Amino acid sequence: MAEYTWPAAGDRLHIGKHISRLDGPVKATGRAKYAYDVNRRGMLWAIMVQCPHAHARITSIDASAAEAMDGVVKVHVIQDVGTEIQWAHDEIVAVAATSEEVARDGAAAVKIEYEVLSHFVNERAVDEAPDAQPAQAETTGDPAAAMASAPTKSSGSYHVAQIAHCSLESHGQVAEWQDEENVTLWASTQAISGVASQLGEQIGIPASNVHVETQYMGGGFGSKFSVDRWGVVCAQIARDTGRPVKLMLDRDQEVTVAGARPSTHAEVSTAADADGNVVAWDSKSWGSGGPAGANSPPLPYVFAFDNQTHAHTSVPTNTGPARAWRAPRHPQACLVTMRALEDLAHAAGMDPLDFFLKNIDKTGERAGTYTEELEKGAELMGWRDRWRPRGSATGTVRSGLGLALHTWGGRGHRSNCEVLAYRDGLVEARIGSQDLGTGTRTIIALVLAETFGLGLEQVKVTMGRSVLPASGASGGSTTVGGVSGSTRRAALNAVDAVFERIAPRLGTEMANLELRNGQLHFKDGSMAAMPWRQAAALIGVNPVSATGANPGPGQLNDSGVGGIQMADVSVDMDTGVVSINRMVAVQDCGLILDMKLAESQVYGSLIMGVTYALTEERVFDPHTGQMLNADMEFYKLAGIEDVGEMIVHMMTGPGYDERGVIGLGEPPVIAPGAAIANAATNATGVPINEMPMTPERVLAAINGGMA
Amino acid sequence: MRAFEYSSPRSTEDAIRMLSAEGAVALAGGTDLLSLMKDGAAAPSRLVNLKAIPDLTGAHETDGGLHIGATTRLGPLGEHRVIRESFPAVAQAIAGVRSRQVLSMRTVGGDLLQRPRCWYFRAGFGLVPMHDGQSMAKTGDNRYHAIFGNAGDAVFVNPSSLAPPLIALGASATVLGPDGERTVAVEDLYRTPASSDESEFTLGAAEIVTGVTIPMRSSSNATYEIRNRKGFDWPLAAASVAASDGGARVVLGHAAPTPWMSAAAAGALAGGISEASAEAAGDAAVADAAALSGNGYKIQLARVAVKRAALAAM
Repeated sequence: MAEYTWPAAGDRLHIGKHISRLDGPVKATGRAKYAYDVNRRGMLWAIMVQCPHAHARITSIDASAAEAMDGVVKVHVIQDVGTEIQWAHDEIVAVAATSEEVARDGAAAVKIEYEVLSHFVNERAVDEAPDAQPAQAETTGDPAAAMASAPTKSSGSYHVAQIAHCSLESHGQVAEWQDEENVTLWASTQAISGVASQLGEQIGIPASNVHVETQYMGGGFGSKFSVDRWGVVCAQIARDTGRPVKLMLDRDQEVTVAGARPSTHAEVSTAADADGNVVAWDSKSWGSGGPAGANSPPLPYVFAFDNQTHAHTSVPTNTGPARAWRAPRHPQACLVTMRALEDLAHAAGMDPLDFFLKNIDKTGERAGTYTEELEKGAELMGWRDRWRPRGSATGTVRSGLGLALHTWGGRGHRSNCEVLAYRDGLVEARIGSQDLGTGTRTIIALVLAETFGLGLEQVKVTMGRSVLPASGASGGSTTVGGVSGSTRRAALNAVDAVFERIAPRLGTEMANLELRNGQLHFKDGSMAAMPWRQAAALIGVNPVSATGANPGPGQLNDSGVGGIQMADVSVDMDTGVVSINRMVAVQDCGLILDMKLAESQVYGSLIMGVTYALTEERVFDPHTGQMLNADMEFYKLAGIEDVGEMIVHMMTGPGYDERGVIGLGEPPVIAPGAAIANAATNATGVPINEMPMTPERVLAAINGGMA
Repeated sequence: MRAFEYSSPRSTEDAIRMLSAEGAVALAGGTDLLSLMKDGAAAPSRLVNLKAIPDLTGAHETDGGLHIGATTRLGPLGEHRVIRESFPAVAQAIAGVRSRQVLSMRTVGGDLLQRPRCWYFRAGFGLVPMHDGQSMAKTGDNRYHAIFGNAGDAVFVNPSSLAPPLIALGASATVLGPDGERTVAVEDLYRTPASSDESEFTLGAAEIVTGVTIPMRSSSNATYEIRNRKGFDWPLAAASVAASDGGARVVLGHAAPTPWMSAAAAGALAGGISEASAEAAGDAAVADAAALSGNGYKIQLARVAVKRAALAAM
């Protein structure tokens, strides 16, 4: 019986090294085929007609002109006459045609009439919201009394705009029926197994007859867990026409209907005692992510105070609905909390680094980690030498430092893996997981190779198909823990199964064998070590097969990380333009399997964080309720020139490694905005309380008004 | 998309003839036109490619100054010796485009004649969008809209990168049409439409810009842009300044429905550029600016852009 542990530090062949992602070359050369790239013989293109109104009722649909067009094969009504539409760009009709161009022309020829109803899209004006839903305050201790008697107080309003996921590969899929009972879906999804179940249910065939295929996908960030209405429509049109159908969202649809991160607006009061200990927190927040409003961000964030109260109001709006956005609710909570605490530190006359350290015990069980990380970050940023009190900088372009803390869970999800060892020496992992571009394929290969003591070129990963052993959706930083757990267990079981198979053929006992550095070793020295390929030849024509699951026996993964980030920014006081000089990210995530992939996750997060901090925002027209910047021209993503220098430090070694693997997808994307806002505040000397920190908003703060 | 004819004449005469058909549109680099067609904001019946006409491309020195053919690409133009040495205002405006792809394709004529980026226009509401009898942009979200020349209903901003420096440098445009050739000051290519039925350009039917000429006057000149992103992004404010013994010209971009010449700012620089006169020019440039409901910050940015352009020219 195998012992389900990770190898000790001295025994690691691949784990913890800088290993490049295995699919880098096929992606860089364009050989990797994404769902968008799949083209099937006889395939139709489907284009969806969207509602131009933010709130309306469909009164008529006339598709006759579209149906009469050459090349239009099918007009599919998604939402029929009488339906009340709650957001602009909602899908009403899909037109499938023999080419993309004809499908677009057909969609343009569909005449839909609406009874236009009143809409509400700008939730910042919560007093004007027709349907605001306040919730009861959650209170600990006596914040009012603590506030009243505290010598140091601070208050402020903090605002985080609604943003989109804006995945580079838009949502969508190609559907093709093999016969009346079986359909294949090449989908851009974070959840192949889940999508198979959802589609089967919605079109009335067994989930096992839905084959979902996702070898490569171009970003989801939490917006691609569902088969979605367009997935069902695509499969239905394919069934109705007997032809494969491609239906991918356009860019405008991608940012209007395929995901949003809710806004957060908050008014916060805080208080500290004479030593700088935070003694009271009082916050009221509101926000929206569409017709369902928005759940409360976790306030206060990371810290828990003896006396605290928080109340949240959910504000429904007529805008495309929210989806989980990388670390749902955390980036907003982080901005509100870290900005408010930075303001309190300023009121207390303290360096925020000292102030956060002073209060670090209020973070709970991660206090020791945060302390180590803050010291490391301070060293990398040169904080102790360079930090100056708020507003000390002079001149037109002023620089400043800011910091923020974050936390996340990241326990491995349910995952199953089968490992096969063949007599030609190849070892294969089969796993129904998907690689979103984070390096999951590489992680699985690495764990498999590590366990067999082989090189990465000697193992194969078969994944991205729903017919493979089921694995969870890739969300919430749960994938790396899940797939590494199931693969490690399956691989350890497979090694045992190989030994069981070949030991009699070698005239020895299973327990006498071990695999190390590409060779089969005999512990008793009775025979010389033999190359793995020679040993594998003894397996015979039937490969050895073993399975493993997560969760399972042994401590291979854990949950709960803390990270800190520091920003060094410059602000042009005359233009309000914020420039990132340097970001420092210090992060723990337990045992790091591939240092390069881990660092890449943090780099990517910092870039995404700079983007939402400085430029990203969904803008809605008050007249029509339409999103005005449903493009990548005015829905602004940061470019490489905007991101500045990035310094990433991963916490490893004793105290971290033995926890096992913990997910990293969300944690590092939480704090950049808060750290940047604190740095901009430190630089300018005035509170910079709104994201994105556009020149407009920063100038308004500098000029003493609110944007 | 509407089906269209594509023609690629070798001479300007053929081009003008082909453009005389109803619905014909000139195609240069395509960086604007193709996206307008994809967005459904333009639906020409015929595209007349101008890039195959040898006479229209390249820059050379003439008695009248530096002549630049209309289909000269911005990227190469920015590398041109005379541009780098004598007209940094143009080189800086080109550098501000930031996108390699756009620099490789966008032409001088296409840059001067690109359509506004107004999000109401691009969404199909027209260049002068109206809503319940009122200007849709004035009563809607106008954070990127005009701070000058915005008394009427048209409040989009002219997006050209080259118009401010070319106008500041006193450049003229050669216009060719069915009735022959004419020469106009670059600033006279533009007008403010009263409604979405009118054009923002003064070109007549089947007229094209064949080139621009920058007079070889010695001047201190510079362009300064303020953008949210350092990379590819439309400026929130842009200004070009050219100052010589004969006086100064100051032109703002992204500020009004046309490139906006500021006589007041030019006056402030008439005695030469100094820290003080640059500051005064910035103040003078925005003295008659008028904010809409959501773009007051652009007045500050325009002031700073003028001041910094002047200082860069010093």
